[in-house]
Amino acid sequence: MSTTMTAPATIAMAPRRRRRRSRSEKSLTALQYLLLVFFAVIVLTPLYLLLVTSFKSPAAFSQSTAWFVPNSFSVDGWAKAWDRLAPALGRSLLMASIASVVSSFLGSLNGYVFAKWKFPGSHLVFVLFLFGMFIPYQAIMIPLQAMMLQVQAHAPWFQGIPVLILCHIVYGIPICTLIFRNYYATAVPNEIVEAARVDGAGAFATYSRVVLPVSLPGFVVTLIWQFTSAWNDFLFALFLTTPNNGPVTYALQALAGGQNPDYPSIMAGVLVASLPTLVVYIALGKYFVSGLMSGSVK
Amino acid sequence: MKGIRRWGPSLLFVAPSIILVGVFVYGFIGRTVVESFSHVVTRSGRTRAPGGFGNYAQLIGDSRYQHALWNLLVLTVVFVAGTMIFGLLWALLLERGVNGEGVFRSIFLFPMAVSFVAAGVVWRWLLSPAQGENAVGLNKLLQYMGLSQLQSSWWSAGRFNMAAMAIPAVWQLSGYIMALFLSGFRGISTDQREAARVDGATELQLYRYVLFPQLSPIALSALIIVGHMSMKMFDLIYSIAGPNSYTAEVPATLMWAQMFQLNDATAAAVNATLLLIIVAVLVVPYLIYTNRSEKG
Repeated sequence: MSTTMTAPATIAMAPRRRRRRSRSEKSLTALQYLLLVFFAVIVLTPLYLLLVTSFKSPAAFSQSTAWFVPNSFSVDGWAKAWDRLAPALGRSLLMASIASVVSSFLGSLNGYVFAKWKFPGSHLVFVLFLFGMFIPYQAIMIPLQAMMLQVQAHAPWFQGIPVLILCHIVYGIPICTLIFRNYYATAVPNEIVEAARVDGAGAFATYSRVVLPVSLPGFVVTLIWQFTSAWNDFLFALFLTTPNNGPVTYALQALAGGQNPDYPSIMAGVLVASLPTLVVYIALGKYFVSGLMSGSVK
Repeated sequence: MKGIRRWGPSLLFVAPSIILVGVFVYGFIGRTVVESFSHVVTRSGRTRAPGGFGNYAQLIGDSRYQHALWNLLVLTVVFVAGTMIFGLLWALLLERGVNGEGVFRSIFLFPMAVSFVAAGVVWRWLLSPAQGENAVGLNKLLQYMGLSQLQSSWWSAGRFNMAAMAIPAVWQLSGYIMALFLSGFRGISTDQREAARVDGATELQLYRYVLFPQLSPIALSALIIVGHMSMKMFDLIYSIAGPNSYTAEVPATLMWAQMFQLNDATAAAVNATLLLIIVAVLVVPYLIYTNRSEKG
Protein backbone atom coordinates (compact mmCIF):
# COMPACT_ATOMS: atom_id res chain seq x y z
CA MET A 1 0.00 0.00 0.00
CA SER A 2 2.87 2.32 0.61
CA THR A 3 3.04 3.27 -3.07
CA THR A 4 -0.07 5.37 -2.78
CA MET A 5 1.09 7.10 0.37
CA THR A 6 4.56 8.09 -0.78
CA ALA A 7 5.82 11.62 -0.79
CA PRO A 8 5.17 13.89 -3.76
CA ALA A 9 6.90 12.54 -6.80
CA THR A 10 6.66 13.71 -10.35
CA ILE A 11 5.98 11.27 -13.13
CA ALA A 12 9.32 10.20 -14.51
CA MET A 13 9.67 10.22 -18.26
CA ALA A 14 9.86 6.82 -19.88
CA PRO A 15 13.37 5.67 -20.62
CA ARG A 16 14.25 5.79 -24.30
CA ARG A 17 14.08 2.39 -25.85
CA ARG A 18 16.79 1.33 -28.20
CA ARG A 19 15.34 -1.97 -29.43
CA ARG A 20 14.68 -2.22 -33.13
CA ARG A 21 11.02 -2.09 -33.95
CA SER A 22 9.36 -4.78 -36.01
CA ARG A 23 6.67 -4.00 -38.56
CA SER A 24 3.78 -4.99 -36.31
CA GLU A 25 5.29 -2.84 -33.60
CA LYS A 26 5.40 0.10 -36.00
CA SER A 27 1.74 -0.22 -36.88
CA LEU A 28 0.98 -0.54 -33.19
CA THR A 29 2.80 2.75 -32.61
CA ALA A 30 0.79 4.39 -35.39
CA LEU A 31 -2.41 3.17 -33.78
CA GLN A 32 -1.17 4.48 -30.47
CA TYR A 33 -0.69 7.99 -31.86
CA LEU A 34 -3.99 7.83 -33.69
CA LEU A 35 -5.82 7.02 -30.47
CA LEU A 36 -3.95 9.67 -28.50
CA VAL A 37 -4.79 12.37 -31.02
CA PHE A 38 -8.40 11.17 -31.18
CA PHE A 39 -8.83 11.40 -27.40
CA ALA A 40 -6.98 14.71 -27.23
CA VAL A 41 -9.42 16.17 -29.76
CA ILE A 42 -12.39 14.94 -27.73
CA VAL A 43 -11.00 16.34 -24.48
CA LEU A 44 -10.29 19.69 -26.12
CA THR A 45 -13.72 20.01 -27.78
CA PRO A 46 -15.35 21.98 -24.91
CA LEU A 47 -12.34 24.33 -24.86
CA TYR A 48 -12.74 24.93 -28.58
CA LEU A 49 -16.39 25.78 -28.10
CA LEU A 50 -15.54 28.15 -25.25
CA LEU A 51 -12.94 29.99 -27.30
CA VAL A 52 -14.94 30.42 -30.51
CA THR A 53 -18.09 31.47 -28.66
CA SER A 54 -16.30 33.95 -26.40
CA PHE A 55 -14.99 35.87 -29.42
CA LYS A 56 -18.34 36.20 -31.17
CA SER A 57 -20.33 39.38 -30.96
CA PRO A 58 -23.21 38.95 -28.45
CA ALA A 59 -25.60 40.53 -30.96
CA ALA A 60 -24.64 38.26 -33.83
CA PHE A 61 -24.46 35.02 -31.85
CA SER A 62 -26.73 32.24 -33.02
CA GLN A 63 -27.04 28.86 -31.36
CA SER A 64 -27.37 27.10 -34.70
CA THR A 65 -23.92 28.23 -35.86
CA ALA A 66 -22.27 27.92 -32.46
CA TRP A 67 -19.79 25.30 -33.62
CA PHE A 68 -18.36 27.52 -36.39
CA VAL A 69 -15.50 29.94 -35.98
CA PRO A 70 -16.68 33.56 -35.70
CA ASN A 71 -17.09 35.61 -38.89
CA SER A 72 -15.77 38.68 -37.16
CA PHE A 73 -13.86 38.79 -33.90
CA SER A 74 -15.43 40.68 -31.06
CA VAL A 75 -14.21 41.13 -27.50
CA ASP A 76 -17.54 42.48 -26.24
CA GLY A 77 -18.26 39.21 -24.47
CA TRP A 78 -14.90 39.34 -22.71
CA ALA A 79 -15.44 42.97 -21.70
CA LYS A 80 -18.86 42.23 -20.26
CA ALA A 81 -17.67 39.10 -18.48
CA TRP A 82 -14.74 41.02 -17.01
CA ASP A 83 -17.03 43.79 -15.77
CA ARG A 84 -19.35 41.32 -14.14
CA LEU A 85 -16.69 39.08 -12.62
CA ALA A 86 -13.82 41.42 -11.73
CA PRO A 87 -14.93 42.19 -8.13
CA ALA A 88 -15.54 38.49 -7.43
CA LEU A 89 -12.19 37.61 -9.01
CA GLY A 90 -10.48 39.90 -6.51
CA ARG A 91 -12.39 38.33 -3.64
CA SER A 92 -11.50 34.81 -4.82
CA LEU A 93 -7.86 35.77 -5.15
CA LEU A 94 -7.76 37.12 -1.60
CA MET A 95 -9.65 34.16 -0.20
CA ALA A 96 -7.69 31.43 -1.97
CA SER A 97 -4.32 33.08 -1.19
CA ILE A 98 -4.89 33.51 2.54
CA ALA A 99 -6.62 30.17 2.99
CA SER A 100 -3.91 28.26 1.16
CA VAL A 101 -1.05 29.92 3.07
CA VAL A 102 -2.57 29.35 6.50
CA SER A 103 -3.70 25.77 5.94
CA SER A 104 -0.32 24.93 4.39
CA PHE A 105 1.43 26.27 7.47
CA LEU A 106 -0.83 24.30 9.82
CA GLY A 107 -0.34 21.25 7.62
CA SER A 108 3.41 21.66 7.86
CA LEU A 109 3.32 21.76 11.67
CA ASN A 110 1.04 18.73 11.82
CA GLY A 111 2.95 16.80 9.20
CA TYR A 112 6.18 17.37 11.12
CA VAL A 113 4.66 16.04 14.34
CA PHE A 114 2.98 13.04 12.70
CA ALA A 115 6.14 12.12 10.80
CA LYS A 116 8.97 13.00 13.15
CA TRP A 117 7.88 13.91 16.67
CA LYS A 118 5.07 11.49 17.40
CA PHE A 119 3.20 11.54 20.68
CA PRO A 120 1.19 8.67 22.17
CA GLY A 121 -1.98 8.36 20.10
CA SER A 122 -0.69 10.52 17.27
CA HIS A 123 -1.37 7.81 14.72
CA LEU A 124 -5.03 7.68 15.72
CA VAL A 125 -5.29 11.47 15.54
CA PHE A 126 -3.71 11.34 12.08
CA VAL A 127 -6.25 8.79 10.83
CA LEU A 128 -9.09 10.88 12.30
CA PHE A 129 -7.71 13.88 10.39
CA LEU A 130 -7.61 11.81 7.19
CA PHE A 131 -11.25 10.88 7.52
CA GLY A 132 -12.02 14.62 7.61
CA MET A 133 -10.79 14.76 4.03
CA PHE A 134 -13.43 12.34 2.77
CA ILE A 135 -16.54 13.55 4.56
CA PRO A 136 -19.37 14.89 2.43
CA TYR A 137 -19.60 18.53 3.49
CA GLN A 138 -23.37 18.21 3.60
CA ALA A 139 -22.83 16.44 6.91
CA ILE A 140 -21.40 19.57 8.55
CA MET A 141 -23.20 22.26 6.60
CA ILE A 142 -26.27 22.75 8.80
CA PRO A 143 -24.41 23.40 12.09
CA LEU A 144 -21.74 25.35 10.21
CA GLN A 145 -24.30 27.69 8.76
CA ALA A 146 -26.02 28.05 12.12
CA MET A 147 -22.71 28.88 13.81
CA MET A 148 -21.85 31.48 11.18
CA LEU A 149 -25.23 33.17 11.69
CA GLN A 150 -24.62 33.25 15.44
CA VAL A 151 -21.18 34.78 14.97
CA GLN A 152 -22.55 37.32 12.49
CA ALA A 153 -25.09 38.48 15.08
CA HIS A 154 -22.13 39.72 17.14
CA ALA A 155 -19.66 40.50 14.37
CA PRO A 156 -21.53 41.80 11.32
CA TRP A 157 -18.31 42.10 9.32
CA PHE A 158 -17.87 38.34 9.46
CA GLN A 159 -19.50 37.41 6.18
CA GLY A 160 -18.56 36.51 2.66
CA ILE A 161 -14.86 36.08 2.18
CA PRO A 162 -13.73 35.89 5.85
CA VAL A 163 -16.21 33.05 6.40
CA LEU A 164 -14.92 31.15 3.38
CA ILE A 165 -11.31 31.74 4.42
CA LEU A 166 -12.04 30.11 7.76
CA CYS A 167 -13.81 27.15 6.09
CA HIS A 168 -11.08 26.50 3.55
CA ILE A 169 -8.41 26.71 6.23
CA VAL A 170 -10.18 24.24 8.49
CA TYR A 171 -11.27 21.75 5.83
CA GLY A 172 -7.89 22.02 4.11
CA ILE A 173 -6.00 20.90 7.21
CA PRO A 174 -6.39 17.14 6.53
CA ILE A 175 -5.00 17.12 2.98
CA CYS A 176 -2.15 19.52 3.86
CA THR A 177 -1.26 17.39 6.88
CA LEU A 178 -1.18 14.27 4.74
CA ILE A 179 0.99 15.85 2.06
CA PHE A 180 3.50 17.22 4.59
CA ARG A 181 3.60 14.06 6.64
CA ASN A 182 4.44 12.03 3.55
CA TYR A 183 6.93 14.62 2.41
CA TYR A 184 8.79 14.84 5.73
CA ALA A 185 8.78 11.06 6.13
CA THR A 186 11.11 10.76 3.14
CA ALA A 187 12.73 14.20 2.84
CA VAL A 188 13.92 14.58 6.44
CA PRO A 189 16.09 11.70 7.68
CA ASN A 190 15.30 10.50 11.21
CA GLU A 191 19.01 10.73 12.07
CA ILE A 192 19.00 14.51 11.64
CA VAL A 193 15.99 14.93 13.91
CA GLU A 194 17.59 12.57 16.44
CA ALA A 195 20.87 14.46 16.26
CA ALA A 196 19.08 17.75 16.89
CA ARG A 197 17.29 16.16 19.79
CA VAL A 198 20.53 14.84 21.29
CA ASP A 199 22.01 18.31 20.96
CA GLY A 200 19.20 19.51 23.19
CA ALA A 201 16.99 21.11 20.54
CA GLY A 202 13.31 20.95 21.42
CA ALA A 203 10.46 20.26 19.07
CA PHE A 204 10.19 23.89 18.06
CA ALA A 205 13.90 24.49 17.48
CA THR A 206 14.11 21.30 15.44
CA TYR A 207 11.17 22.42 13.35
CA SER A 208 12.36 25.95 12.69
CA ARG A 209 16.04 25.14 12.13
CA VAL A 210 16.02 21.69 10.58
CA VAL A 211 12.61 20.97 9.07
CA LEU A 212 11.24 24.31 7.90
CA PRO A 213 14.29 25.20 5.75
CA VAL A 214 13.77 22.10 3.60
CA SER A 215 9.98 22.42 3.37
CA LEU A 216 9.72 24.44 0.18
CA PRO A 217 8.77 21.53 -2.13
CA GLY A 218 6.02 20.52 0.28
CA PHE A 219 4.73 24.07 0.44
CA VAL A 220 4.64 24.38 -3.33
CA VAL A 221 2.45 21.30 -3.53
CA THR A 222 0.04 22.23 -0.75
CA LEU A 223 -0.20 25.86 -1.88
CA ILE A 224 -1.14 24.85 -5.41
CA TRP A 225 -3.52 22.17 -4.21
CA GLN A 226 -5.24 24.40 -1.66
CA PHE A 227 -5.36 27.41 -3.94
CA THR A 228 -7.09 25.46 -6.71
CA SER A 229 -9.56 23.74 -4.41
CA ALA A 230 -10.48 26.98 -2.61
CA TRP A 231 -10.75 28.78 -5.94
CA ASN A 232 -12.93 26.07 -7.48
CA ASP A 233 -15.22 25.58 -4.49
CA PHE A 234 -18.90 26.25 -4.96
CA LEU A 235 -20.65 24.36 -2.16
CA PHE A 236 -19.41 26.51 0.74
CA ALA A 237 -19.94 29.63 -1.34
CA LEU A 238 -23.55 28.72 -2.06
CA PHE A 239 -24.40 27.90 1.56
CA LEU A 240 -22.50 30.70 3.25
CA THR A 241 -22.26 33.68 0.87
CA THR A 242 -24.22 35.61 -1.77
CA PRO A 243 -23.22 36.39 -5.38
CA ASN A 244 -22.38 39.91 -4.18
CA ASN A 245 -19.93 38.95 -1.44
CA GLY A 246 -18.97 35.47 -2.60
CA PRO A 247 -16.21 34.05 -4.80
CA VAL A 248 -16.01 33.99 -8.59
CA THR A 249 -17.61 30.56 -8.93
CA TYR A 250 -20.79 31.97 -7.41
CA ALA A 251 -20.64 35.10 -9.56
CA LEU A 252 -20.15 32.96 -12.67
CA GLN A 253 -23.13 30.83 -11.72
CA ALA A 254 -25.19 34.01 -11.40
CA LEU A 255 -23.91 35.31 -14.75
CA ALA A 256 -24.76 32.03 -16.49
CA GLY A 257 -28.16 31.64 -14.88
CA GLY A 258 -29.90 34.63 -16.47
CA GLN A 259 -33.16 34.41 -18.39
CA ASN A 260 -31.78 35.33 -21.81
CA PRO A 261 -28.36 33.72 -21.84
CA ASP A 262 -25.73 35.84 -23.50
CA TYR A 263 -23.48 33.00 -24.60
CA PRO A 264 -20.41 34.96 -25.72
CA SER A 265 -20.10 36.67 -22.34
CA ILE A 266 -20.98 33.51 -20.42
CA MET A 267 -18.31 31.51 -22.23
CA ALA A 268 -15.82 34.34 -21.82
CA GLY A 269 -16.80 34.35 -18.14
CA VAL A 270 -16.01 30.65 -17.85
CA LEU A 271 -12.54 31.35 -19.24
CA VAL A 272 -12.02 34.39 -17.02
CA ALA A 273 -13.07 32.46 -13.92
CA SER A 274 -10.84 29.51 -14.83
CA LEU A 275 -7.81 31.48 -15.96
CA PRO A 276 -5.98 31.71 -12.61
CA THR A 277 -6.14 27.96 -11.97
CA LEU A 278 -5.25 27.24 -15.59
CA VAL A 279 -2.28 29.59 -15.37
CA VAL A 280 -1.16 28.01 -12.09
CA TYR A 281 -1.56 24.64 -13.73
CA ILE A 282 0.30 25.51 -16.93
CA ALA A 283 3.12 27.37 -15.18
CA LEU A 284 3.52 24.90 -12.32
CA GLY A 285 2.05 21.82 -13.95
CA LYS A 286 4.85 19.59 -12.77
CA TYR A 287 4.09 20.44 -9.13
CA PHE A 288 0.39 20.25 -9.75
CA VAL A 289 0.85 16.66 -10.81
CA SER A 290 2.93 16.01 -7.70
CA GLY A 291 0.04 17.40 -5.70
CA LEU A 292 -2.29 14.99 -7.40
CA MET A 293 0.05 12.11 -6.68
CA SER A 294 0.35 12.88 -3.00
CA GLY A 295 -3.34 13.50 -2.82
CA SER A 296 -3.86 10.02 -4.10
CA VAL A 297 -5.05 8.77 -0.75
CA LYS A 298 -7.72 11.44 -0.92
CA MET B 1 7.11 14.24 33.76
CA LYS B 2 9.72 13.37 31.21
CA GLY B 3 6.95 12.28 28.86
CA ILE B 4 5.21 15.65 29.07
CA ARG B 5 8.52 17.41 28.43
CA ARG B 6 9.05 15.27 25.40
CA TRP B 7 5.57 15.18 23.90
CA GLY B 8 4.23 18.47 25.21
CA PRO B 9 5.66 20.76 22.53
CA SER B 10 4.59 18.52 19.68
CA LEU B 11 1.10 18.33 21.12
CA LEU B 12 1.12 22.12 21.23
CA PHE B 13 1.96 22.18 17.51
CA VAL B 14 -1.05 20.13 16.56
CA ALA B 15 -3.41 21.51 19.22
CA PRO B 16 -4.86 24.28 17.00
CA SER B 17 -5.61 21.77 14.24
CA ILE B 18 -7.00 19.21 16.66
CA ILE B 19 -9.37 21.83 18.06
CA LEU B 20 -10.42 23.07 14.61
CA VAL B 21 -10.92 19.60 13.14
CA GLY B 22 -12.53 18.43 16.38
CA VAL B 23 -15.11 21.20 16.35
CA PHE B 24 -15.66 21.73 12.63
CA VAL B 25 -15.60 18.09 11.57
CA TYR B 26 -16.52 15.85 14.47
CA GLY B 27 -18.47 18.34 16.57
CA PHE B 28 -20.56 19.41 13.61
CA ILE B 29 -21.16 15.84 12.50
CA GLY B 30 -22.41 15.18 16.02
CA ARG B 31 -24.78 18.13 15.84
CA THR B 32 -26.07 17.01 12.45
CA VAL B 33 -26.77 13.55 13.84
CA VAL B 34 -28.58 15.04 16.86
CA GLU B 35 -30.61 17.27 14.54
CA SER B 36 -31.51 14.25 12.43
CA PHE B 37 -33.24 12.61 15.41
CA SER B 38 -35.28 15.62 16.48
CA HIS B 39 -39.04 15.68 16.79
CA VAL B 40 -40.62 18.49 14.81
CA VAL B 41 -44.22 19.73 14.88
CA THR B 42 -45.18 22.53 12.51
CA ARG B 43 -47.09 25.59 13.70
CA SER B 44 -50.26 24.18 12.22
CA GLY B 45 -49.87 21.17 14.51
CA ARG B 46 -48.78 18.66 11.87
CA THR B 47 -46.01 16.26 12.89
CA ARG B 48 -43.30 16.93 10.36
CA ALA B 49 -40.70 14.64 11.87
CA PRO B 50 -41.76 11.87 14.26
CA GLY B 51 -38.34 11.91 15.91
CA GLY B 52 -35.68 9.25 16.45
CA PHE B 53 -35.23 6.59 13.81
CA GLY B 54 -38.72 7.37 12.62
CA ASN B 55 -37.16 10.31 10.77
CA TYR B 56 -34.91 7.89 8.93
CA ALA B 57 -37.79 5.58 8.09
CA GLN B 58 -39.69 8.58 6.78
CA LEU B 59 -36.92 9.71 4.45
CA ILE B 60 -35.99 6.23 3.24
CA GLY B 61 -39.65 5.57 2.48
CA ASP B 62 -39.95 8.81 0.53
CA SER B 63 -40.11 8.16 -3.22
CA ARG B 64 -38.23 11.39 -3.92
CA TYR B 65 -35.29 10.16 -1.84
CA GLN B 66 -35.39 6.74 -3.48
CA HIS B 67 -35.31 8.42 -6.86
CA ALA B 68 -32.27 10.45 -5.75
CA LEU B 69 -30.54 7.27 -4.54
CA TRP B 70 -31.21 5.54 -7.86
CA ASN B 71 -29.76 8.55 -9.69
CA LEU B 72 -26.69 8.41 -7.48
CA LEU B 73 -26.22 4.72 -8.21
CA VAL B 74 -26.40 5.23 -11.99
CA LEU B 75 -24.12 8.26 -11.80
CA THR B 76 -21.56 6.46 -9.65
CA VAL B 77 -21.41 3.31 -11.77
CA VAL B 78 -20.89 5.22 -15.03
CA PHE B 79 -18.58 7.82 -13.49
CA VAL B 80 -16.33 5.24 -11.82
CA ALA B 81 -16.29 2.87 -14.80
CA GLY B 82 -15.68 5.73 -17.24
CA THR B 83 -12.79 7.34 -15.38
CA MET B 84 -11.15 3.99 -14.68
CA ILE B 85 -11.41 2.86 -18.32
CA PHE B 86 -10.20 6.11 -19.89
CA GLY B 87 -7.63 6.72 -17.16
CA LEU B 88 -6.09 3.30 -17.60
CA LEU B 89 -6.32 3.43 -21.40
CA TRP B 90 -4.57 6.80 -21.59
CA ALA B 91 -1.92 5.68 -19.13
CA LEU B 92 -1.31 2.55 -21.23
CA LEU B 93 -1.03 4.66 -24.39
CA LEU B 94 1.51 6.95 -22.73
CA GLU B 95 3.44 4.70 -20.40
CA ARG B 96 5.96 3.31 -22.88
CA GLY B 97 6.95 6.78 -23.89
CA VAL B 98 5.75 8.63 -27.00
CA ASN B 99 6.89 11.84 -28.60
CA GLY B 100 5.01 14.76 -27.16
CA GLU B 101 4.07 12.84 -24.03
CA GLY B 102 4.08 16.03 -21.98
CA VAL B 103 1.62 17.69 -24.35
CA PHE B 104 -0.81 14.78 -24.28
CA ARG B 105 -0.52 14.53 -20.50
CA SER B 106 -1.32 18.23 -20.11
CA ILE B 107 -4.28 17.99 -22.48
CA PHE B 108 -5.76 15.03 -20.62
CA LEU B 109 -5.19 16.71 -17.25
CA PHE B 110 -6.33 20.24 -17.98
CA PRO B 111 -10.07 19.69 -17.27
CA MET B 112 -9.02 18.88 -13.71
CA ALA B 113 -7.84 22.48 -13.18
CA VAL B 114 -11.25 23.86 -14.14
CA SER B 115 -13.95 24.18 -11.50
CA PHE B 116 -17.03 21.97 -11.70
CA VAL B 117 -19.13 25.13 -11.93
CA ALA B 118 -17.24 26.49 -14.93
CA ALA B 119 -17.26 23.09 -16.62
CA GLY B 120 -20.94 22.73 -15.83
CA VAL B 121 -21.77 25.98 -17.63
CA VAL B 122 -20.25 24.63 -20.84
CA TRP B 123 -21.66 21.14 -20.48
CA ARG B 124 -25.16 22.43 -19.77
CA TRP B 125 -25.08 23.82 -23.28
CA LEU B 126 -23.32 20.80 -24.81
CA LEU B 127 -25.91 18.45 -23.31
CA SER B 128 -28.94 20.41 -24.51
CA PRO B 129 -31.80 17.97 -25.07
CA ALA B 130 -33.21 19.56 -28.26
CA GLN B 131 -32.93 17.32 -31.32
CA GLY B 132 -33.55 17.54 -35.04
CA GLU B 133 -33.92 21.05 -36.42
CA ASN B 134 -33.59 22.75 -33.04
CA ALA B 135 -30.57 20.75 -32.01
CA VAL B 136 -27.67 22.58 -30.39
CA GLY B 137 -24.54 21.43 -28.60
CA LEU B 138 -23.53 17.80 -28.90
CA ASN B 139 -26.70 16.82 -30.74
CA LYS B 140 -25.87 19.38 -33.44
CA LEU B 141 -22.30 18.13 -33.60
CA LEU B 142 -23.55 14.57 -34.05
CA GLN B 143 -25.67 15.78 -36.97
CA TYR B 144 -22.64 17.37 -38.60
CA MET B 145 -20.82 14.07 -38.28
CA GLY B 146 -23.69 12.15 -39.84
CA LEU B 147 -24.51 10.41 -36.57
CA SER B 148 -28.00 11.85 -36.14
CA GLN B 149 -29.33 8.59 -34.74
CA LEU B 150 -27.02 9.02 -31.75
CA GLN B 151 -28.77 12.22 -30.66
CA SER B 152 -30.02 12.00 -27.12
CA SER B 153 -32.03 13.91 -24.58
CA TRP B 154 -28.97 13.33 -22.34
CA TRP B 155 -29.67 13.87 -18.65
CA SER B 156 -33.10 15.42 -19.18
CA ALA B 157 -35.15 12.26 -19.51
CA GLY B 158 -35.08 8.52 -19.09
CA ARG B 159 -34.52 6.04 -16.31
CA PHE B 160 -30.76 6.04 -16.85
CA ASN B 161 -30.49 9.78 -17.47
CA MET B 162 -27.73 10.18 -14.90
CA ALA B 163 -25.41 8.19 -17.15
CA ALA B 164 -25.30 11.35 -19.29
CA MET B 165 -24.56 13.48 -16.24
CA ALA B 166 -21.50 11.31 -15.71
CA ILE B 167 -20.06 12.35 -19.10
CA PRO B 168 -18.76 15.77 -17.94
CA ALA B 169 -17.54 14.19 -14.70
CA VAL B 170 -15.61 11.59 -16.67
CA TRP B 171 -14.23 14.38 -18.87
CA GLN B 172 -12.97 16.21 -15.78
CA LEU B 173 -11.41 13.36 -13.83
CA SER B 174 -10.13 10.72 -16.27
CA GLY B 175 -6.88 12.66 -16.56
CA TYR B 176 -6.41 12.44 -12.82
CA ILE B 177 -6.79 8.67 -12.89
CA MET B 178 -4.41 8.55 -15.87
CA ALA B 179 -1.81 10.46 -13.83
CA LEU B 180 -2.20 8.02 -10.95
CA PHE B 181 -1.75 4.97 -13.17
CA LEU B 182 1.09 6.61 -15.06
CA SER B 183 3.02 7.24 -11.87
CA GLY B 184 2.32 3.62 -10.95
CA PHE B 185 3.76 2.32 -14.22
CA ARG B 186 6.81 4.55 -13.89
CA GLY B 187 7.36 3.35 -10.35
CA ILE B 188 7.99 -0.20 -11.58
CA SER B 189 11.65 -0.72 -12.34
CA THR B 190 12.67 -1.42 -15.93
CA ASP B 191 14.64 -4.44 -14.70
CA GLN B 192 11.40 -6.28 -14.07
CA ARG B 193 10.24 -5.71 -17.63
CA GLU B 194 13.60 -6.80 -19.04
CA ALA B 195 13.62 -9.88 -16.81
CA ALA B 196 10.14 -10.87 -17.99
CA ARG B 197 11.17 -10.35 -21.63
CA VAL B 198 14.32 -12.40 -21.18
CA ASP B 199 12.16 -15.16 -19.71
CA GLY B 200 10.22 -15.11 -22.97
CA ALA B 201 7.05 -13.39 -21.78
CA THR B 202 4.95 -11.77 -24.49
CA GLU B 203 3.94 -8.13 -24.06
CA LEU B 204 0.46 -9.28 -23.09
CA GLN B 205 1.82 -11.62 -20.43
CA LEU B 206 4.12 -8.88 -19.21
CA TYR B 207 1.14 -6.64 -18.48
CA ARG B 208 -1.08 -9.42 -17.21
CA TYR B 209 1.36 -11.04 -14.78
CA VAL B 210 4.03 -8.44 -14.01
CA LEU B 211 2.70 -4.90 -14.34
CA PHE B 212 -1.03 -5.00 -13.55
CA PRO B 213 -0.71 -6.87 -10.23
CA GLN B 214 1.62 -4.13 -8.98
CA LEU B 215 -0.91 -1.46 -9.93
CA SER B 216 -3.75 -2.87 -7.86
CA PRO B 217 -3.06 -0.61 -4.82
CA ILE B 218 -3.27 2.41 -7.13
CA ALA B 219 -6.41 1.07 -8.75
CA LEU B 220 -7.93 0.70 -5.28
CA SER B 221 -7.18 4.27 -4.24
CA ALA B 222 -8.38 5.55 -7.62
CA LEU B 223 -11.62 3.66 -7.04
CA ILE B 224 -12.05 5.17 -3.58
CA ILE B 225 -11.24 8.69 -4.77
CA VAL B 226 -13.66 8.65 -7.69
CA GLY B 227 -16.31 6.73 -5.76
CA HIS B 228 -16.44 9.15 -2.87
CA MET B 229 -16.31 12.14 -5.22
CA SER B 230 -19.33 10.79 -7.02
CA MET B 231 -21.28 10.51 -3.78
CA LYS B 232 -20.41 14.10 -2.85
CA MET B 233 -21.03 15.48 -6.32
CA PHE B 234 -23.02 18.68 -6.06
CA ASP B 235 -21.45 21.57 -7.99
CA LEU B 236 -21.60 19.93 -11.40
CA ILE B 237 -25.21 18.79 -11.08
CA TYR B 238 -26.32 22.14 -9.68
CA SER B 239 -24.54 23.93 -12.48
CA ILE B 240 -25.86 21.74 -15.29
CA ALA B 241 -29.39 20.95 -14.15
CA GLY B 242 -30.09 24.06 -12.06
CA PRO B 243 -31.10 24.30 -8.41
CA ASN B 244 -34.47 22.55 -8.57
CA SER B 245 -34.09 19.69 -10.97
CA TYR B 246 -35.99 16.62 -9.79
CA THR B 247 -34.81 14.72 -12.86
CA ALA B 248 -31.13 15.04 -11.99
CA GLU B 249 -31.54 14.96 -8.22
CA VAL B 250 -29.08 13.07 -6.03
CA PRO B 251 -28.96 13.06 -2.20
CA ALA B 252 -26.37 15.86 -2.16
CA THR B 253 -28.56 18.22 -4.21
CA LEU B 254 -31.74 17.05 -2.47
CA MET B 255 -30.15 18.15 0.80
CA TRP B 256 -29.89 21.69 -0.57
CA ALA B 257 -33.55 21.63 -1.65
CA GLN B 258 -34.57 20.33 1.78
CA MET B 259 -32.70 23.19 3.44
CA PHE B 260 -33.72 26.12 1.28
CA GLN B 261 -36.89 25.13 -0.55
CA LEU B 262 -38.65 22.84 1.88
CA ASN B 263 -37.16 24.58 4.94
CA ASP B 264 -36.88 21.19 6.57
CA ALA B 265 -33.53 21.11 8.35
CA THR B 266 -34.35 17.81 10.06
CA ALA B 267 -34.92 15.95 6.81
CA ALA B 268 -31.76 17.59 5.46
CA ALA B 269 -29.86 16.34 8.51
CA VAL B 270 -31.20 12.80 8.04
CA ASN B 271 -30.18 12.91 4.39
CA ALA B 272 -26.73 14.28 5.24
CA THR B 273 -26.18 11.66 7.94
CA LEU B 274 -27.13 8.86 5.56
CA LEU B 275 -24.77 10.30 2.95
CA LEU B 276 -21.99 10.36 5.52
CA ILE B 277 -22.69 6.73 6.38
CA ILE B 278 -22.63 5.73 2.71
CA VAL B 279 -19.27 7.45 2.24
CA ALA B 280 -17.91 6.05 5.51
CA VAL B 281 -18.81 2.49 4.49
CA LEU B 282 -16.62 3.01 1.44
CA VAL B 283 -13.77 4.96 3.02
CA VAL B 284 -13.29 3.69 6.59
CA PRO B 285 -12.26 0.12 5.67
CA TYR B 286 -9.87 1.62 3.14
CA LEU B 287 -8.32 4.00 5.69
CA ILE B 288 -7.94 1.23 8.26
CA TYR B 289 -6.47 -1.12 5.69
CA THR B 290 -4.05 1.51 4.34
CA ASN B 291 -2.81 2.69 7.68
CA ARG B 292 -2.49 -0.77 9.14
CA SER B 293 -0.42 -2.11 6.28
CA GLU B 294 1.68 1.02 6.28
CA LYS B 295 2.69 0.51 9.87
CA GLY B 296 3.80 -3.10 9.32
